[in-house]
Amino acid sequence: MNKLLSKIARVGIVTETFKPLTDPELDRLGAELKATIDGRFAGSLAIRQVDAGSCNACELEIAALGNPFYDIERYGVHFVASPRHADVLMVTGPVSRHMQAALRATWEATPEPKWVVAVGTCAADGGEFGVNYASCGAVGNVLAVDAVIPGCPPTPADLVRGLLSLISR
Amino acid sequence: MSAIRTAVDEERFVVAERLRRKLQSLGTPAFCPEESEAGSVGPALLCPIGPDDWALAAEAAAAQGCRWAAGWGDSQGESWVVNALLEKSGDYLLLRTVLPPGRNDLPSQTPHFPGAARPERHARDLLGLDFTGHPDGRRWIRHQAWGEREFPLRPDFPLAGHPLAVTAPDRGYGFASAHGPEVNEIPVGPVHAGIIEPGHFRFLAVGETVLNLEERLGYVHKGIEKLAEGRDPESLARLAGRVSGDTAVGHAWAACQAMERAAGVEPPERALWLRASFAERERIANHLNDIGAICNDTAFAFGYYQFSRLRELWLRDNLRWFGHRLLMDRIVPGGVAVDLPEEAASGMPAAIAALRRELDELKPILDEGTIFQDRVVGAGVLPERIVRELGCLGYVARACGIGRDVRERAPHAPYDRLGVKAVVRGDGDVAARLYVRYGELLASLDILEECLRRIEPGPLRTDWHDPSEHAEGLGLVEGWRGEIATYVRFDGTGHVARFFPRDPSVFNWPALEKLILGNIVPDFPLCNKSVNGSYSGHDL
Repeated sequence: MNKLLSKIARVGIVTETFKPLTDPELDRLGAELKATIDGRFAGSLAIRQVDAGSCNACELEIAALGNPFYDIERYGVHFVASPRHADVLMVTGPVSRHMQAALRATWEATPEPKWVVAVGTCAADGGEFGVNYASCGAVGNVLAVDAVIPGCPPTPADLVRGLLSLISR
Repeated sequence: MSAIRTAVDEERFVVAERLRRKLQSLGTPAFCPEESEAGSVGPALLCPIGPDDWALAAEAAAAQGCRWAAGWGDSQGESWVVNALLEKSGDYLLLRTVLPPGRNDLPSQTPHFPGAARPERHARDLLGLDFTGHPDGRRWIRHQAWGEREFPLRPDFPLAGHPLAVTAPDRGYGFASAHGPEVNEIPVGPVHAGIIEPGHFRFLAVGETVLNLEERLGYVHKGIEKLAEGRDPESLARLAGRVSGDTAVGHAWAACQAMERAAGVEPPERALWLRASFAERERIANHLNDIGAICNDTAFAFGYYQFSRLRELWLRDNLRWFGHRLLMDRIVPGGVAVDLPEEAASGMPAAIAALRRELDELKPILDEGTIFQDRVVGAGVLPERIVRELGCLGYVARACGIGRDVRERAPHAPYDRLGVKAVVRGDGDVAARLYVRYGELLASLDILEECLRRIEPGPLRTDWHDPSEHAEGLGLVEGWRGEIATYVRFDGTGHVARFFPRDPSVFNWPALEKLILGNIVPDFPLCNKSVNGSYSGHDL
């Protein structure tokens, strides 16, 4: 236990403000994000992430938002297990045809009002896979999309920026 | 072999006998040179077999203790060419049969190699090959996105297919079931509760204890094999890097190695050391991720935050030095796309030392965490027998005492100069898989240091030249999950005619169905994370 406590003490808090990752605009968006979430979402924005056919790279970067550097929960942003608890569906991948019905069912299970965010180049435009016998391509081909965060994969900083701009509309 | 002698006619015995001799000679440094007239594909000796002997060959190979490493079909003109890759002690043998025009059936090898079950179902769904005697007639990769009698990898099937506006969800798969007042059926997925890939798990549980688990995969099938057809080498490398996003380096390397062997292109020395550096950096990032996730699944938040912190630092170095956090598109045909910048050459030793120091500090904390140990020790035990039957790979095999590691057993450049020793443990449980990965973190740091010491100035890339028609090659690389085997065949114009990447997950997914038995349902996430199969790399 001593080792554990001393490790905690020595590492300290590494959570970053997003200043080094971007420009003053992001600070403004960060403040707006918090205010918007406080006002419109009672202090908490719930995201249900759905992998609809990605190669898993986008998932790795979305999951990284939970690491102590980004700690996205400090903005009131939470990843939830059920679409019924979600305000936002964050969808990755070209939508595989085998996931098309499951994605639609997930969308239908999400209460209004809801936003759909397409994350990653594949979700944005089909990426390396495009539209084919097994892939519907962009998420927009299956659901109405409210925001797109491109990148292959988008970095955690890109994801924060994209979310901020969606929320601050 | 006497059973075979009585079971078959004389002509077929000759084939089996030849195979037996070939198989027997595997493992010797002189790789049956007297029979090398059969040729080779990449590093594998080619062994032509008549279609009717397909099962017999598998039986003989199984009796010789070979591992079934991959299987795929390929259409050439009017005929089907079917391949099965076997391995023993680091030597590879490629069984190949050509079906006469009009014929699409051949005997299944699954009765002799249980690990062949899903790959044969994959080939059946995509090519329409009929493996007679296969114990499982259910579709596997085909859900409902194309018709029962349509086969996407056949030349007459257009890449666009004939899709309906909405693809119906998969129904009527025919999961194993059990009846009784005590048995609960628990369906999970395809949309999972976390930030992970989609797939379906069907549990049968008595109380909390898992009686049976059946996986239903194929949800992220996005037509990779078909999409590869007609690509140029550069574009294939890009696609290969997205077979499984966490293995961008491993798959791109295997694909480039296959293409280079087909074309007779040798990447320059400097590129080889950089490729190995990228591969080890990828291994380290993923092991850090999974060790953290295993901690998280035991509610050991401290461990999750520490390891995810170390991973993030590592990925930032990737971005700063090599331009991409996950190192996508850094390996290209003939070499690498980025150099080792001066900043990396001077900064990496300190980053390596820092990570090693932190790992040394964190290990006793894991060891002494009694609640953590209570969850991981004895959970999800995989018997060694299952590893051998299924041909499991990577840390899943190495945690059961089987030191399968391409870097040690079939080392390609530059590993042939490094003397990598596989990290092995014997208990086969979650803890063993975790500590194998821990050992591999430290070993990879050593390899990275060695790469830095050995790398010399030089070109990054060899000029590409188009291979001849039907030129083919096999890439064999130890990805972070285990052996990746990738086959590439070219057409007459320098474009890809066939691409088949085989991720190690293909053989580790079925192991999860076995190691979970008798464990409690709440330990499933933990057991699953300790294996961490790729969905995308499996579904293709």
